[in-house]
Amino acid sequence: MIRAENLIKKFDNFTAVDGVSFDVTAGEIFAFLGPNGAGKTTTIKILTTLLAPTSGKLEIDGLDPTRDQHEVRKRFGIVFQDPSLDQELTAMENMEIHGALYNVPRKIRRERSELLLKTFELWEKKDAFVKTFSGGMRRRLEIARGLLHTPKILFLDEPTLGLDPQSRNQLWTQVKYLNQNEGVTIFLTTHYMDEAEKVASRIAIIDHGKIVAMGTAQELKDRTQKPSLEEAFLALTGTALRDEGANAAENMRQMARMWRK
Amino acid sequence: MGAVYVLWLRELRRYTRSRVQIVVSLGQPMLYLFVMGFGLGAVFQQAGRGSYLQFVAPGIIAMTVLFTSTFSGIALLWDRQFGFLKETLVAPVPRFKIMLGRTCGAATVAMIQGTLVAVICVAAGFRPVSIASLPLAIGILALTAILFAALGTSIGAGLKDMQGFQMVMNFVVMPLYFLSGAMFPLDNLPRALTIATQLNPLSYSIDGLRATLIGQAHFTLSMDITVLVIMGFVLICFGAWRFSKIEA
Repeated sequence: MIRAENLIKKFDNFTAVDGVSFDVTAGEIFAFLGPNGAGKTTTIKILTTLLAPTSGKLEIDGLDPTRDQHEVRKRFGIVFQDPSLDQELTAMENMEIHGALYNVPRKIRRERSELLLKTFELWEKKDAFVKTFSGGMRRRLEIARGLLHTPKILFLDEPTLGLDPQSRNQLWTQVKYLNQNEGVTIFLTTHYMDEAEKVASRIAIIDHGKIVAMGTAQELKDRTQKPSLEEAFLALTGTALRDEGANAAENMRQMARMWRK
Repeated sequence: MGAVYVLWLRELRRYTRSRVQIVVSLGQPMLYLFVMGFGLGAVFQQAGRGSYLQFVAPGIIAMTVLFTSTFSGIALLWDRQFGFLKETLVAPVPRFKIMLGRTCGAATVAMIQGTLVAVICVAAGFRPVSIASLPLAIGILALTAILFAALGTSIGAGLKDMQGFQMVMNFVVMPLYFLSGAMFPLDNLPRALTIATQLNPLSYSIDGLRATLIGQAHFTLSMDITVLVIMGFVLICFGAWRFSKIEA
């Protein structure tokens, strides 16, 4: 369903994605795990036609996203890392706009909106403004909207960022339900190891733009001989912090804290 | 339902729901109308130019359309900040249609706002000379709205933050307004000012409105319409090109 071969994306003199290859089969839930700045979002942007790769081969449902942009866009739904709903409109109106943009016939749009909003437990709130929604509800609405045009693939870029455990649990239950019921292929990125382990059929670990390991959660644990995926992940990517640019004062404060202990 | 229609409808829905904002945005034109209209009225009359209220009302209606349509176009910046822009950019719809839907929406909103101000002008004592030319005046207003909505979209496509918005306000929108003949007659101006007003599309909007509403024209009505149609077309093409360059 998704095939990438030696994908490279360079920005000026920085290589964000450096020779990434993978293969996602239809109906699979595939997770991309990696530290901040590893190249997860850049890869998703390339797969979803928002960025052109510097080089490499790419196939989405048999089509080339760099050439058949329109056809490819019809085949996937995407939930971005940041919100992309119109908060001044109601949940149903957001669904309506999406339906029109993807050319979903009115009747099907209504039926499917109802089905999806019910699945994601938003049906009672369909006429409420999105600005009154909680973080979890907004995320669920984004996923429901992304599935409205019955895509073959759903991209989820850190969909549970900032959600409480209850919302995360509920969200994944619903996503898994749709994966099983509609056979939609799911490509997700996350920071949460437990989620990847629970939800994904296969996991790729990406760091510094390269895939360092790929397989089921069990295979990754076996390979690194670690009892948990979290430890396997740290063994593969190291324990160094990635958010660079902490200033001198910040470093001093950390030192002071350490000395006090 | 087409993409253009649904994006047009979106602008309209957002506008009609912000009732407070509608009332607030009527404040500025009313200030201009009453303070300028009555404040300068006596001097204008003494200079033998007739009623200043009659003269300035078309300018204030055009100003409202200018402000509303440019701002609605620039509202692209808000969509970028709140994320909705991405939803439209990743959809299987040509960018041109997205730009057109937004621009038509912004223009419609500006037309409604302009009509509200026109009603206020009439309430304040403004009297159009002939009812028969009203449809033509509305047509000129529509051209103006489309032209500046396209300009707003073109600018909004390149803006990344709020500072940019202030810049546009001070260096584009206000000069367009002040150099348009909205508040003063265009004849006997210093040379530099004459050139500036002749290059400003808003001058032709206001002239067209005066020609149809009060029967006075500095240029000719046919010239006003020609300039507005050409400039509108050019700006829509420019806006569409700018919009196609947006990176998500």
